[in-house]
Amino acid sequence: MLRFLASRLFRAALTIAMVVTFAFIVLRLSGDPAQIIMGADAPPEAVVAFRAAWGLDDPLWQQYFRYFAAILNGDLGRSMRDGRDAIDLVAERIPATLALTIPALFIKLALGIPAGVVAALHRNSFIDRAVMALAVAGFTVPSFVLGLLLVLVFAVQLGWLPSGGQESWRHAILPVITLGVGGAAVLARFTRSAMLEVLGQSYIRTASAKGVPWGAVVRNHALPNAAIPTVTIVGFMVGSLIAGAVVVESVFSWPGVGRLLVVAVANRDLAVVQCILLLVAATMVVSNLVVDLLYGVLDPRLRAAPQGAH
Amino acid sequence: MSDAPLLSIRDLTVEFGGAPALRGISLDVHPGEAVGMVGESGCGKSVTWLAALGLLPRTARTRGSVTLQGEEMLGARPSRLDHLRGGRVAMIFQDPASSLNPVQRIGRQIAEALTLHQGMTGATARAEAKRLLDQVGMPDAQRRLDAYPHELSGGQNQRVMIAMALAGRPELLVADEPTTALDVTIQAQILDLLQALRRERNMALVLITHDLGVVAENCERVAVMYAGRIVEEAPVAQLFDAPAHPYTQGLLDALPPLYGERGPLAAIPGGVPEPWAMPPGCAFAPRCARARPTCTFQVPALTRLRGPHRAACLLAQPVLELA
Amino acid sequence: MSALLEARDLVRRYWMRRGAFGRATEVRALDGVSLTLERGRTLGLVGESGCGKSTTGRLVLGLETPDGGQVAFEGTPMPPPGSRAWRAQRARLQMVFQDPLGALDRRLTIGSQVAEPLLIHGRPAGAAEVAALLTEVGLREDHGQRYPHQLSGGQRQRAVLARALATSPDLLVCDEPISALDVSIQAQVMNLLMELQARRGMAMLFISHDLRAVRQVSDRVAVMYLGRIVEEGAPDDVLREPAHPYARALVSALPHPGRRGQRILLSGDPPNPADRPTGCAFHPRCADAVARCRLEAPALRPHADGRLVACHLAHAPAPQFVEMGAA
Repeated sequence: MLRFLASRLFRAALTIAMVVTFAFIVLRLSGDPAQIIMGADAPPEAVVAFRAAWGLDDPLWQQYFRYFAAILNGDLGRSMRDGRDAIDLVAERIPATLALTIPALFIKLALGIPAGVVAALHRNSFIDRAVMALAVAGFTVPSFVLGLLLVLVFAVQLGWLPSGGQESWRHAILPVITLGVGGAAVLARFTRSAMLEVLGQSYIRTASAKGVPWGAVVRNHALPNAAIPTVTIVGFMVGSLIAGAVVVESVFSWPGVGRLLVVAVANRDLAVVQCILLLVAATMVVSNLVVDLLYGVLDPRLRAAPQGAH
Repeated sequence: MSDAPLLSIRDLTVEFGGAPALRGISLDVHPGEAVGMVGESGCGKSVTWLAALGLLPRTARTRGSVTLQGEEMLGARPSRLDHLRGGRVAMIFQDPASSLNPVQRIGRQIAEALTLHQGMTGATARAEAKRLLDQVGMPDAQRRLDAYPHELSGGQNQRVMIAMALAGRPELLVADEPTTALDVTIQAQILDLLQALRRERNMALVLITHDLGVVAENCERVAVMYAGRIVEEAPVAQLFDAPAHPYTQGLLDALPPLYGERGPLAAIPGGVPEPWAMPPGCAFAPRCARARPTCTFQVPALTRLRGPHRAACLLAQPVLELA
Repeated sequence: MSALLEARDLVRRYWMRRGAFGRATEVRALDGVSLTLERGRTLGLVGESGCGKSTTGRLVLGLETPDGGQVAFEGTPMPPPGSRAWRAQRARLQMVFQDPLGALDRRLTIGSQVAEPLLIHGRPAGAAEVAALLTEVGLREDHGQRYPHQLSGGQRQRAVLARALATSPDLLVCDEPISALDVSIQAQVMNLLMELQARRGMAMLFISHDLRAVRQVSDRVAVMYLGRIVEEGAPDDVLREPAHPYARALVSALPHPGRRGQRILLSGDPPNPADRPTGCAFHPRCADAVARCRLEAPALRPHADGRLVACHLAHAPAPQFVEMGAA
């Protein structure tokens, strides 16, 4: 078990290192931070001074190692824009993002899983078709379109809810719905196919043959098995709690991590962008680890299955 | 055999999306009797029993009648059906590994049946599950209660399936190709176990198989099926000594002999007709060496030849009337 | 002249990890198998799942390299997989598997799949050649235009055979070629295999769990148990009077109409190759086992009638042929 955890942690660290490296390279190749932050018509001496101050005139590999060494020391750098610690800038935005993504996650689970189960149980019926039509609509409509539509109807036309900002809980309703609907649709489709797969298995027939009432067959035999593949997608959703709201935060002017990211990228504010990416990678990696451990809990075959290696 | 049948199937038909899978099956199973259902894949031998127990998917259209000592099972209330299934009639399947819930310990899966049909719970159910595992010859039963299906071999999983079937003290056990997925020596173990249990419990057994040898050794009566119908039905000895239907004869002749001269096998030419392209007359006529013009348009009825021996062949009657 | 195929002391092992956290253990799928196959003859390999019969087939074909021992084809060792010589030899060694649908490409017509080996090995691959192959295996010419899913199981296996025959192989390895087929179709395919062999004079290695089928098509039969051959001889000798206790149990387990006498019931499951018993691998299930069986693995040695048997007791004064302890 310890060996397993150690190898997973090592792989996680490797993943994060790769993300950081990738972000570093892309951001450096796509424009000169000094020029962008100082503005197009800043005096050349000021730009040079800025570069010197931030170490931007050192060779790229030196910057890279300096940056990496700093991360290992727990220093995620400072914003080039206002000189504050990047980690503080990001941290103060996290609660706002979570205020959207956590309720949205509950909507996804509460709507998506039951809808998928019901659709699978009534395969090819009217209910199934209706659920699937909604699901297809739910994830084919991009979230910015859905967000704008909701704003148009509930804020502009009906005037029931505010269209943007973060003043009260009422401001969160539209963005939460926007986020939740798309995820619920994905989850519904996924749950449906997982359920259909399981319902076709012979152990379901065995359960019926031994006289288990249908409701109990679904509860005790179908759902625990269908949960195994569904956990993957839920894990992915949990992993995107921090950074899954970039588009929606922009549409609703919600001051969360997502919007900070958009602004930081536009400004080539390297430390901030990389801090966010690091955080995103870390949450993804952690939620993946949790999914793997959950697999072991849900599926005894993965706990001690002999794995043939040819 | 004069006693009333335990289970009666009458004119059972099943269609999948308009294609007939069963085209009128009538069959009785008497208390304590062992009946074999033989035929090749797609002949309807499994569908007959899945339909009888209401285990087919909803897309199947089932008609006819299945009565358990007078009580109609087709279209029975779900709660009533659940009471009969696993209770008075139990069924086990071909691939034991996939027929057990992979994420539940086998003790719990057996206990579930005990709770449903004997009202046992907790430690009582567990103790009884252990006793049943012992009875089906599971080595180290106490420890195996906490095993998952993937931790057991194919033969052991089939023993678990049998233990689970016994939990409801069934009067009839339907075994659908119970040994096809198992190795030869394990097949012998499982068949031996089924025979022993049948004798001990005076339980009727329906053995669905493609293997005539298995039927010969384990059954008293056989129904041979072809393309959704029973084409011949007889006590085992009569069927093997004097098969009346050309298809039965063909099946016996196609089997490579174990002893004696080796030569080309008398293979039945062609293949089984597809359900959506059934020949209008006898379904076997296109493959039958003895088919006459009448066979191609007249569907032969299952007729009594001598005693309990019945066959559905236009040619079978005259032969036996002379005898 | 040397035999067509000669395998000596084949060993194949692989490593298996038990559980996600367990340590890898060595599994001997094959533990010293030797066999000889003459031109135009058929050797049947029979045994239960995990006995190594399919592994033997793959080694003989050169699809896998043995970890010990060697395979010689016409007296020359098998070239390493992937080499030019190996590819050239592929044409002369062909195989047929249990699942014909899996062996065929469902997006290509039967005809183009039969033509493919001809093209690969630079032989004429016109409509006439394909048609000749299809008719040879009992398919019609127009079956060539169909796709695998449009054929029945038996027809698909015929198509696989046509493709295997395209390069006129000297050796055909058939791994459970009839197990997935219905009884009436099994007989058709067995007849076809015998006809083809009589006409083309190729050798066959016929791998099956079905003793009955093996007897039907083979000149010699080898019974395998846990990676070794335990008995080898003429099919009728082995069936009528099996000398190895495992072969006896296997023969006795065969259900057939009109069987006489008590069946030998083996207790327990076939052992796991990862957990091989000491001495004779069969001793834990053998009713006759003596102390020596636990300690010393018996060698495959000639028996009185030319049969080869690997049993300490079979070579001793003949054991009574009585029923063994029932389970």
